[in-house]
Amino acid sequence: MAQAATATAEMSPADEHHWTSTGLDSRKIAIWGFIGSECLFFASLISTYLVYKGKSLVGPLPHAESQCLLHGKMQTCEGVFETPLVTAGTAVLLFSSFFVVLALYHAQKGNRAKLLGWLSATVMCGVFFVSMQVYEFTHFYHKGMGYSTNLFSTTFFTLTGFHGSHVTLGVIWLSTVLILAARGKLPPEKSLNLELAALYWHFVDVVWIVIFPVVYLMR
Amino acid sequence: MDRRPERVGRAWLARTVLLGLVILAAACADNYPQTTLNPRSDITRLIDQLFRTTFWWAVVVFVLVEGALVYALWRFRAKPNDPEPVQTHGNTTLEIIWTAIPAVILVLIAIPTVKTIFKTSLPAPNPAVEVDVIGHQWYWEFRYPKLGVVTANELVVPQKKMIGLRMWSADVLHSFWSPQLAAKRDVFPIFSQTKLKKVNPLWFTADTVGDYTGQCAELCGIQHGRMGLRVIVLNDADFDKWVAAERVGSPLVEGGKVPAAVDSVWKADSIMTKGATTFLTGGCISCHAMVGTPLAGAMTLRGPNLSHVGGRTTIGANMYENTPTNLAQWLRDPQGMKKGSHMILPRPLTEDEIATLVAYLRAHK
Amino acid sequence: MATSVLEHRAPAIHHAHPKTGIWSWITTVDHKRIGILYGATAFLFFLLGGIEALIMRLQLMGPNGKLVDPDTFNALFTMHGTTMIFLGVMPLSAMFFNYFIPLQIGARDVAFPRLNAFSYWVFLLGGLFINASFLVGAPPNGGWFGYANLTSSRVIAATAAAPAPGMNIDFWVIGLQILGIASIAAALNFFVTIVNLRAPGMKMLRMPMFVWMSFVVQVLLLLAFPVITVALVFLMMDRNFGTSFFMPDGGGDPIMWQHLFWIFGHPEVYILILPAFGITSEILPVFSRKPLFGYTAMVFSGIFIGFVGFGVWSHHMFATGMGPFADTFFSMATMVIALPTGVKIFNWIGTIWGGSLRFTTAMMMALAMVALFIIGGLSGVMHSAPPADLQQTDTYFIVAHFHYVLFGGSIFGLTAGAYYWWPKMFGRLLDEGMGKAHFWLMFVGMNMTFFPMHFLGLNGMPRRVYTYPPGLGFEFWNKFETIGAFILAFSFLIFLVNIIKTWFGPANAPADPWHGATLEWSIPSPPQEFNFPKLPMVGSSVPQWDARRAAGGHLPEPALVSGADIPMPNPSYWPLVSAIGVFLVLGSLLFIRVNPVHWWQFTLFGVAVLFFGVFRWAFEPPH
Ligand code: HEA
Ligand code: HEA
Ligand code: HEC
Ligand code: CUA
Ligand SMILES: [Cu+2]
Repeated sequence: MAQAATATAEMSPADEHHWTSTGLDSRKIAIWGFIGSECLFFASLISTYLVYKGKSLVGPLPHAESQCLLHGKMQTCEGVFETPLVTAGTAVLLFSSFFVVLALYHAQKGNRAKLLGWLSATVMCGVFFVSMQVYEFTHFYHKGMGYSTNLFSTTFFTLTGFHGSHVTLGVIWLSTVLILAARGKLPPEKSLNLELAALYWHFVDVVWIVIFPVVYLMR
Repeated sequence: MDRRPERVGRAWLARTVLLGLVILAAACADNYPQTTLNPRSDITRLIDQLFRTTFWWAVVVFVLVEGALVYALWRFRAKPNDPEPVQTHGNTTLEIIWTAIPAVILVLIAIPTVKTIFKTSLPAPNPAVEVDVIGHQWYWEFRYPKLGVVTANELVVPQKKMIGLRMWSADVLHSFWSPQLAAKRDVFPIFSQTKLKKVNPLWFTADTVGDYTGQCAELCGIQHGRMGLRVIVLNDADFDKWVAAERVGSPLVEGGKVPAAVDSVWKADSIMTKGATTFLTGGCISCHAMVGTPLAGAMTLRGPNLSHVGGRTTIGANMYENTPTNLAQWLRDPQGMKKGSHMILPRPLTEDEIATLVAYLRAHK
Repeated sequence: MATSVLEHRAPAIHHAHPKTGIWSWITTVDHKRIGILYGATAFLFFLLGGIEALIMRLQLMGPNGKLVDPDTFNALFTMHGTTMIFLGVMPLSAMFFNYFIPLQIGARDVAFPRLNAFSYWVFLLGGLFINASFLVGAPPNGGWFGYANLTSSRVIAATAAAPAPGMNIDFWVIGLQILGIASIAAALNFFVTIVNLRAPGMKMLRMPMFVWMSFVVQVLLLLAFPVITVALVFLMMDRNFGTSFFMPDGGGDPIMWQHLFWIFGHPEVYILILPAFGITSEILPVFSRKPLFGYTAMVFSGIFIGFVGFGVWSHHMFATGMGPFADTFFSMATMVIALPTGVKIFNWIGTIWGGSLRFTTAMMMALAMVALFIIGGLSGVMHSAPPADLQQTDTYFIVAHFHYVLFGGSIFGLTAGAYYWWPKMFGRLLDEGMGKAHFWLMFVGMNMTFFPMHFLGLNGMPRRVYTYPPGLGFEFWNKFETIGAFILAFSFLIFLVNIIKTWFGPANAPADPWHGATLEWSIPSPPQEFNFPKLPMVGSSVPQWDARRAAGGHLPEPALVSGADIPMPNPSYWPLVSAIGVFLVLGSLLFIRVNPVHWWQFTLFGVAVLFFGVFRWAFEPPH
């Protein structure tokens, strides 16, 4: 502590201004705190999905055939999930997490061109994922599965919808950073701006890694 | 008289203690018909024992801890020119002691708690009388599937027999609470096609004949405050008589049909015939099952079954005594009598109709 | 008491930012001013909640009360509970977090000053939103925990009193979501502030106990609020979009709401009490002239309470019939919380033991807090035995329990904090004579109002009943309680008078009127905008005592300094704009019922405002 004491004695107002107890930037701690909070948010959604699994009174169901109301009459319809498509989306999202790491690496190194490349790739992956979800949702809708059709559909749309909106926010955030970078406003010493977005992006990705098996693979 | 200071002090103390005891006695005396402190059945007695255990431990902790606090306040109050007190920072031995002693007390509370949980929370193994309890906004329906009785707001049971309740709700959450006989448990809505059926059990064996009050204990909307109930405990003979009477025209017995003999008596009685007609024309039939009317056998109407309403001691879920005046006023202005109640008359009744209906309803004991 | 009374200090020397005028308050990002905004707003809401309580007490004064309608009564207790908890105690705590966390840890501001302003504005708008329901005649009426499916609108068709399910609960559902955003944003801010902005030398285990308990509270807020947000979203969907999350007719389960609500709700009660614990732990040592007894035990018991607090929620649901195993688990977990809480109580007694106690108003409030909280805690332990709780739940016995912990605990603790820190915040000492009158009336009134509730509950009076019939023996104590409630109200009137009188009185407070132990007492009262001209260096958990001792018992008044070279954040109105955006986005959901076709246009407008505000905020230079 003596060391810290002497350190302050010599600190200029500007130094003091940058003083933090951990040495880390406050924004980084904030994003970690926020992610902790979000964990509970998604935990609640996922638990609700699980609690209500298999308790729908009518179809359609994720995998199995069921009786459902389609075009005004009850009929047998098949499971709605298109797992291959979603698997592709999942893979793309996973890759994007990798891309953003590379983008951050180059941001810290100051390789602007590579930074722009990888960051664009990340954003494009995000856009692909969201489009996949939009397609999936409309597809379900045409198969007779609206938001309030049954317990499965409500819990499914709420869970994946909230995740999708997080991805969308992530895309907007990353795009903002991308624009900054393109304008040359992301020098290495400001790479934290990208790091924060990247942390959030990883989180959104990890959540999907939980959601995907729970929702699409578990029967 | 001895006026030495310590005597005065002691007298003052004695008087305070006495006053305290009087207040406590007033708080636990028998003039609380709905009290939980005067159990009258096996299950409430189990609960009461547990409560008393926790209560006395709480008193012990209270006296010791508040005593120490007050003593310290008085003993260590600042005096002029106090030196700086000794700067103690803690004491590990003390810390351990005052974590361990409460832990022991908690164990002593926990053991009877767990025992009582396992004694009280399971359904009755072999009830002598089974009753389905259904909460409605804002009245209670009681069905005795084996005895063929359907009634409302007044649960009639025999003494010294195990009563098994199966409870659910027709709309929102309610909570069945009979403080002296059965404690309470929430009831949950179930719908016929739902896989999630939560039917809550409760059981009790009443000690003695008597009339006990209770009421709904879960907020259930505007008239939650007036969703009362009574439990009437009869001896075996009276109970059998009651069942026999209630079976006449019960929806659970031949779909509400009455025996021909009874029917012909009623046909000859002008109160009965005029009343039945008014019951139909007044629109009561749309919500109430009533013996001698086409919907006598209905089980799922909006309002309570009225087939034997004349035999009940109260109306409006233990809100009013069942007197001709109250009944007439109830029919004149149900919303004035119980604001927000789901009894909405299709049209106002004339005074003649009301008089007819009152006589008719009261005749159905 | 005050050792010296300074004459009126020289006017402030130099201020980078204008200090007066409405605009300066609207754009302020100074944690101290935001703290004052929080405090003033919350105190007004507290009075409102108190007035609601007084109306209830008048209605219950005698049997068959006719003062208010049954549905009004339901609205009164719903809004009383909601107001006291979300708009009273929580933001009053936030006032102290705002003002004193930075001061006590030796920081110049919170980590994100503009986020701090944002939190306040969102809180204010959310509070106004919920209360606006009174203006349109649709106040929430489903109880403060809004049990589904009573609060789902699909339950039951019209009654004469409520022809169509109104917007009552929508106000509640949406209002709480708005407030949740304010709470999470604020919690994040204080969390980071405590982790990252402690002055050099202030290790975690040297933080003042108030900061420690606040820290636990921030973690609880971060983890508990998302859960209720999810529950509220579900409920909103059930009400407005035909889903069946809690609707049995669609396969849903009303108990799911109870689980989600209480997973939030139980940690919430520790969110309400821990700040008061922290304040008490500040005050007792100062007025006993002894350091806090068992500092480390106090820290870890607080953490333990917060941690275990997440595992006991179902003790609010013993009457739902969970089965013997769940009952046993939740009962045992609940009882365990008595241990760390007991540790706190005993350490407080250990703190005053052997001390030299000065009975200032703050000290008396803090001691009463300990004494009254014990009563509430012990009745809590009585509820934790599930079979016994079958008689107690939803009766006035519970109402007694939670007013002892909430009023006796939280409100006494926060009031103690107000008397203790008032001189620091406003440079003026509250009148001690009136303070003592306030204390005694509040103490007597509190016990008169809430103690008999124990009798009433055990003797069969359920809660949330708009009236009771004569003959059940409830008359006497209810009348007694109503008198008590008015004594309570009177005590707060004295407090108000005290505040007003002090406001216009001389600025008589020295920097350290009580001989405090912590850093906030080392700077002038009120502090300058930048708090500390030089970041302090901290060598123990009682730095100001160390300094006083080193100076031989007498510290000179700290001088005012220019501070022109200290960079402080600029005022900004973007937090307010963003808060309005949040308010519009969520508030627009109210119009689903009014205009099912076009309501989303409001939402889109709100989203636009929000994005505009956030982007301008993000790209505005902070200094
Ligand atoms: C500040 C808020 C606060 C606090 C701190 C507490 C603290 C506790 N509460 Fe309370 N509680 C509420 C606010 C709070 N509660 C509210 C608002 C409700 C009602 C919600 C509603 O329905 O509207 C409620 C309801 C409630 C219930 C549900 C009752 C019901 O509805 O049926 C239960 C049941 O277990 C309970 C238990 C406890 C326990 C065991 C503690 C413990 O933390 C208490 C621990 C403290 C002590 C025990 C005293 C000090 C300890 C010692 C001196 C050591 C020695 C002690 C022993 C050996 C016992 N509370
Ligand atoms: C921190 C929380 C808190 C606080 C401080 C209080 C304070 C009070 N509470 Fe309450 N209360 C709750 C939290 C709180 N309460 C909760 C959560 C519920 C459950 C709600 C539910 O069931 O959903 C409840 C329920 C509740 C009930 C039960 C209602 C029912 O079940 O039917 C009652 C009944 O007496 C009551 C009374 C009081 C009283 C008399 C006060 C008093 O202490 C209030 C004292 C304050 C004042 C009286 C204000 C002073 C006003 C003035 C000085 C006037 C000044 C005027 C101007 C300037 C214009 N409260
Ligand atoms: C729209 C439905 C409806 C109609 C029509 C209706 N009732 Fe009712 N009635 C109810 C409901 C619901 C209750 C229970 C009210 C409560 O206690 O909250 C009730 C209660 C009663 C009671 C008290 C029963 C008891 O045991 O507490 C009587 C008697 C009664 N109704 C008679 C009548 C008569 C006679 C008519 C016709 C003139 C009638 N009702 C029409 C719904 C209706
Ligand atoms: Cu039924 Cu309250
Ligand atoms: Cu709790």
